[in-house]
Amino acid sequence: MVCATFMTQSNPDSLVWSTLNKLSSPNPHRLPSSVALADEHLLVAAAKSGDGAAFEELVNRYERKIFRLTMNITGNTEDAEDAMQDAFLKSYTHLQNFHGDSRFYTWLVRIAANEALMRLRKRRPNQFSLDEPIEGEDDLMPREIEDWEPSPEQRYAQSEMQGILKEVIAQLEPDYRVVFVLRDVEELSTEETAQTLGISIPAVKSRLLRARLKLRQKLNRYFRKGEAN
Amino acid sequence: MNCKGVIRELSNYLDGDLDGVLKVDLEHHLQHCEDCSMVVDQTKRTVEIICDSKPLELPSDVRSRLHEALHQKIKMKPN
Repeated sequence: MVCATFMTQSNPDSLVWSTLNKLSSPNPHRLPSSVALADEHLLVAAAKSGDGAAFEELVNRYERKIFRLTMNITGNTEDAEDAMQDAFLKSYTHLQNFHGDSRFYTWLVRIAANEALMRLRKRRPNQFSLDEPIEGEDDLMPREIEDWEPSPEQRYAQSEMQGILKEVIAQLEPDYRVVFVLRDVEELSTEETAQTLGISIPAVKSRLLRARLKLRQKLNRYFRKGEAN
Repeated sequence: MNCKGVIRELSNYLDGDLDGVLKVDLEHHLQHCEDCSMVVDQTKRTVEIICDSKPLELPSDVRSRLHEALHQKIKMKPN
């Protein structure tokens, strides 16, 4: 289910930045993914060599997604803003520690997730646990199994749909919500998610399964056949 | 495979991580169990719909504060 693509390495040169400026101008045309990924690599290389504008371009590119991530994890606008800001500032400070083993965005997501988790734990100390509870399978069996419309999401306007998705994700318990957000929304691998959260791979898989099943159940009331708009 | 087995393996199935024999067993069950078939399909669509959703706009005041902090940081760390 993970839709992530990973960048390939390329050798940046000094002339590329002027090209990037054109590519990154307002209202840019949508680029093929290979160009976009190489583009990210070149921006990172320029930023590492001290080009602040290149780093700001990376921030422009990812600020909305990182804010969505920190909002999804903390569920609190003030904490989400602080976590996002600290994530970008720390990533700038420690940019030399990024060696290109993953996409820059993946590295950024891990920093932002940790910033958001710190604030979640501070505000609600008992709601996110590194412990791995013994979970039975009996409570996994889905309830409310009903037919959905063929394209249920089209029943709602885009802003309405965004509100529904935000609400159902926020209703998940933090343990499940964080894993779901990192795996399915931010497209980290199971291993990256486990490392980021400091939990085992089986715990990631168990929490992801539960999160997905709970979200299906929550969306059922919006998407089932015959549900009034 | 029974219904419990399908639910237990649901994530692995959706992620393409299920081994050959288990996958065949699960798909055989889905051919005969309407409920499990619906749950598998709807869970897949749930992830797709959320995965495809666009991030909300960043509030302008939040964005201004972020970029102001960033400019201060960049000034403090000249190359």
